[in-house]
Formats: sequence, structure tokens, C-alpha cells
Amino acid sequence: MKSLEELKAIRDRMQGQVNIREEDSDALRVVVGMATCGIAAGARPVLTALSNAVQEKGLKNIAVVQTGCIGLCQYEPIVEVIAPGGEKTTYVKMTAEKALEVVEQHLISGHVVTKYTIDAAKLG
Amino acid sequence: MTEISLNILDIAQNSVRAEASLIEIEVAADSGKDILSVLIKDNGKGMTKEQAQKVTDPFFTTRTTRKIGLGIPFFKLAAESTGGSFSIVSEPGKGTSVRAEFVLSSIDRMPLGDITSTIHALVTLNSSIDFVYTYTHDGRSFTLDTREFREILGSGIEFSAPEISSYIKDYLYENTAEADNGLVI
Repeated sequence: MKSLEELKAIRDRMQGQVNIREEDSDALRVVVGMATCGIAAGARPVLTALSNAVQEKGLKNIAVVQTGCIGLCQYEPIVEVIAPGGEKTTYVKMTAEKALEVVEQHLISGHVVTKYTIDAAKLG
Repeated sequence: MTEISLNILDIAQNSVRAEASLIEIEVAADSGKDILSVLIKDNGKGMTKEQAQKVTDPFFTTRTTRKIGLGIPFFKLAAESTGGSFSIVSEPGKGTSVRAEFVLSSIDRMPLGDITSTIHALVTLNSSIDFVYTYTHDGRSFTLDTREFREILGSGIEFSAPEISSYIKDYLYENTAEADNGLVI
């Protein structure tokens, strides 16, 4: 069984690494819609895939956060990627697999995955 | 919703929105009594009696983005369609508690599903809120209490930090498996 002692050891290790957290204003924000519509459409596995990938790949300056209903329920699960400058890309009808593509291509390489954006979905 | 754990994630979001500082979640499966009970209790801003009565109506919501609110109606229907029960008790300024009981053996009962992912998401995404999660399976239980984590970590370390997030995930998986021996509920 996982014990609280292990958490103490992690804390002691982490205290060596002061100020590894960068200022939030430089962070790229990855926002997942987690209202009833998003959850029912499959937002939880998308969120889990995103936060696992960001952790496993050790990506710095990326904050995975949640939001409520943004009023585009028919396009859920929705993931918004907001650059530090405020530029926003809206990905729609996401799955865990598509989310990993977004991690590789957009978050790591900086290329918007156009085929999953809301504009592409509207053009049908 | 395809899993009870998704309903739990959804209902707990209401507590987050109600500005709760403490959210208690209990999941208990009792095969003797043939009941799976779920409780989500918060100390958020609560609702008036009138509001609490209305939330089971899909066409009631306080949100402004659209005119329907399906979270509570989904949860209620999921419980009642197994022959179980649902109740919501709320008091302004005190908080809200939502309880659902599912008949465990009912063919209409959705699986509990990935409850550890639900709890992990809630805990790591809402660093400023404390969670007490208790999982019980036929009398064997464990509790995750973020107040204990916070006491050890002190201030300045967030639950979303990779090392802590992965500790919390392992804590949930290992203790859940110990309580239910990996049984699919």
C-alpha cells in the first residue's frame, strides 16, 4: 500500500529544486471543457491523456487546466490551446489519440493541427 | 454518461462552482446489501430549498451559457433506473450533499468505471480545494485526504506538479486494488 512516508520522500527531493515553476504568464494554457456536455462526450480520457503526456515528456511551461461549458456543446470534447500572447486555437471533437497528436505537433513543435480545429469542423 | 464515475466527476464540478473549500466523496459497494452508494458532499454556497427541488428538472440551471442543466437529472435517472434512490439536501451558506444509491446487481446499472481517474482529475485540477475520498468494498476501505498531503507538502508545492500528481495516481490505484482486489464494479 502506498504510504504517506513516500510523499515525504518526494517532498524532500523536490525541495532541492527551487523555483522550477516558471511564471504563469509565460505558460501555454491547455484548457479542457469539463462540464456535463464535455464529460458525457469523453473529456476525461482527453484530459488524462494530455496531463500524462505533458508529465511524461517533461514539458515545461504548459498548464493543463479545466473550464466549464463554453456553449459549443455539439463540438465537445473541446480543447483550447492558448499561447502566452493570448492567441487561441480551438480543437473540437477530441479523443485521447487526437490529443496526443496535438501534444506532439502543436505543444512540442508549434504547428497547429488544422484538421482538428473548429474551423475545419465547420467546413465539414 | 457511460460510467457512474463520470457522473461523480460532473456532480463534483457543481461543488467546485459553488466555491466549496472541502468536497467529500464516498463510494461504497456492498454486495451483501446489493447496493452501490455514492455521496458527494460540499461546504459550498448551497441552494435554497426551492432551487434544490428544481435542480432535478433538466430545464432548470443557473448557468447563462445555455438553458438546460443535465448533470443532476442524469445522475438521478441512472440511480433510479436500477431501482435505487436519489436525494439532494442543501442549505444556503452551508453546502450541498447529493446521495445516490444503485442496485448493484441491476442489469441497468452502469459500471462504476474509472473512478481513480475521476478523483485524480478533481484533486490535481483543483489545487485550492480539499478532497476527502473514501472507497469501500464489502467492508474494506481506504481514504484519500488531501489535507494530509497538504500538511506534509507545506505551501508552494502544487498537486499538479508531475511528481505529486503521479504519487496521487499510484496512491489511488494501489489502494483501490487493495480494497476490491481488482474486481470490476
